[in-house]
Amino acid sequence: MTAISDREQLGYIAAQAADARVNVEIETEGMTLNIGPQHPATHGTLRIVARLDGEQVIAADPIMGYMHRGYEKLAEVRTYPQVTTLINRIDWVGSFANEVPFILAAEKLMDVEAPPRAAWIRTILFEMSRIANISLFLGDMGLQVGAVTPAFFAFRDREHVLNQIEAATGGRFHPNFDRIGGLKDDLPAGWIAETKRAMKKIRSFCDEIEGLLQGNEIFEARCRGIGVIPADVGLSYGLSGANIRASGVNWDTRRDNPCGLVHSELDWKVWTHPDGDSFARFWVRLQEVRESTKMVDQLCDGLPSGPVMAKVPRIIKVPAGEAYVETENPLGVMGYYVVSKGDLTPYRVKIRSASFNNISITPWLLKGVYVPDIVTILGSLYFILGDIDR
Amino acid sequence: MTDVAILGELAYWQQTGIRVGVGLAAVLLVAGTLVYVHLFKLVSFMQSRLGPMEAGPFGSLQLLAEVGKFLQKEDIFPRKADRFVFAAAPFVVLMSTFLLVVVVPGGPDAWFINSELGIYLAMAVSSVSVIGILMAGWGSASKYSLLGGLRATGQLIAYELPLILAVMGVVIQAETMNMQGIVQAQADGEIFGWGGIGNPYILTQFVAFVIFMIAMQAELTQTPFDMPIAESELVTGYMTEYSGMRFLLFFIGEFATAGVFSAIASVLFLGGWWAPIPGLGFDDNVWNLLGPLVLVTKVVVLTFIIFWARFSLPRFREDQLQQLAWKVLIPLSLANIVVTAVLKIVF
Repeated sequence: MTAISDREQLGYIAAQAADARVNVEIETEGMTLNIGPQHPATHGTLRIVARLDGEQVIAADPIMGYMHRGYEKLAEVRTYPQVTTLINRIDWVGSFANEVPFILAAEKLMDVEAPPRAAWIRTILFEMSRIANISLFLGDMGLQVGAVTPAFFAFRDREHVLNQIEAATGGRFHPNFDRIGGLKDDLPAGWIAETKRAMKKIRSFCDEIEGLLQGNEIFEARCRGIGVIPADVGLSYGLSGANIRASGVNWDTRRDNPCGLVHSELDWKVWTHPDGDSFARFWVRLQEVRESTKMVDQLCDGLPSGPVMAKVPRIIKVPAGEAYVETENPLGVMGYYVVSKGDLTPYRVKIRSASFNNISITPWLLKGVYVPDIVTILGSLYFILGDIDR
Repeated sequence: MTDVAILGELAYWQQTGIRVGVGLAAVLLVAGTLVYVHLFKLVSFMQSRLGPMEAGPFGSLQLLAEVGKFLQKEDIFPRKADRFVFAAAPFVVLMSTFLLVVVVPGGPDAWFINSELGIYLAMAVSSVSVIGILMAGWGSASKYSLLGGLRATGQLIAYELPLILAVMGVVIQAETMNMQGIVQAQADGEIFGWGGIGNPYILTQFVAFVIFMIAMQAELTQTPFDMPIAESELVTGYMTEYSGMRFLLFFIGEFATAGVFSAIASVLFLGGWWAPIPGLGFDDNVWNLLGPLVLVTKVVVLTFIIFWARFSLPRFREDQLQQLAWKVLIPLSLANIVVTAVLKIVF
């Protein structure tokens, strides 16, 4: 009898102690939220596994590879002109820009130089694919923070640029227009005037986006101070493009390391922003689109005459050697490291795509933010899934 | 105001039947109109789109096509869902809408109930939808839904307060909680001795009107307060797992509630079914026919503001929207009550 009551007593004390412990430190269990691979926020098949405490992110891991297409390996069994068909699809919203660094690397190996007219037209199309790419971002940024209308404006005005790319190359999304030694064709008649008109429309689109988002209290509240990347951290993670320029690093491959393209002959400015937050990334990209439209205007005015194709053999055999060329693509620095053994096909192609490095910072950046900020930050980092997974 | 003359001679079940029919029509027709005019056409115009063009004249039958589409879809239950809660949630949400419309008067004799506590009842039953949303969030057995449901609950409770406090100013000024009485007070009111347009309380209670509209936007979980739905991060929040007919109920509920809340706002601030038409007395029988039309016109105007904001603004983060409610709207509405009360005593 006494033994039982003792046991009861003990049980009671234990329960008290347990209660006391709970009262002292309430330990709540975190929740693992699996964002993606099928999710509207990631515009593609990126998966983010986030450990949440309430709405706060404790840890977030991006998991990539759901769309890996093995382009580096596939390129090894394709001839050099065939490779452009593949690499078009890396960053599919600014596809022409993908072809340029590869072709430049091949030209470097072959020691061929494109005629001036080809280089100028290349630069025009390069900048137009930047406009097509980043105007999508400008609309998408609004969408990520909840404003639907900018996205429709973006798709409406992006069309003007895509029409021009299509008129010149025949391909709306995948031009496949760049050739070793020049371009497939010259520009069609009337293209220049129409392009300038399109650039005017893009500039008014930029003003519209600025009016809709920039200065809107809610947009600024959602973006300012969210996802701040200090310059040194950004550099150590290998960020490039507008993402690093928004952190105040004045680095643009177009200006600092021009190879093959004619940016050095134009009057333009590299925009930077000191803040490094989501708003800065939005702002820098907005200015970059404007700068690109000005560049295209200048390029259209100063277009030299002449052939668009250098003398290259019909069957392209690249002499043995290796070359690395990188350009400032819409999403950041994109480079191709091409190793040739003197065959019809490259021996090895290593693709340095911007988005892969740009999202590598996400585990660091997403720590401690709220769930809604995840999409703001991912949206402002701006990646294209094809550019991550290749 | 006595009981409706025609209805007085009918049996109770007949009266109830008529009321239910008219209530359904009042909610669903208005909701359909709002979806077509605002969601399909107005927004398309704002976003440089055409909107539906093919179904019927100017695409006006598109709505029927959409309803037909949703009715054909499979009604999917997630495997781990709490089936009863999951199934019941859309009905609970829609129920609060139908309970709300009950208090809105459409004419001197055209009303469902003429309670002395009209607006009080409306504010009370409008919170029922929170339960439905929480049920949907919990019953879906999905993390997105749960987060959405919790966000909705926090938000709706926070914005209930400014909503009620904004109404208080009107109630003080009209000296009644009866909706019919509020309409009459505005019709009989005078602006500095001039009674040409009565005294719609949007003039004297402008602060309350703005607070009411903002809080209403939040109660309806429309952008910029659509954190519970937040399609870019939570897919569609508490509605994520719903499909077919139950999703349609949520969808109708969203627009019907927008209509009904706007009707309440137009009763409180824009004079309800009454309009300054010379030669028509307040109790004139014509108002029973004209009143609902006037009311719907005001509803369309107010919902236009709702959808205008919805499609041009980004959304708040939920801590920001809580801050807006507790730090800005509630102090402001309390100040409004104090000022209204003082002025009421002074004048």
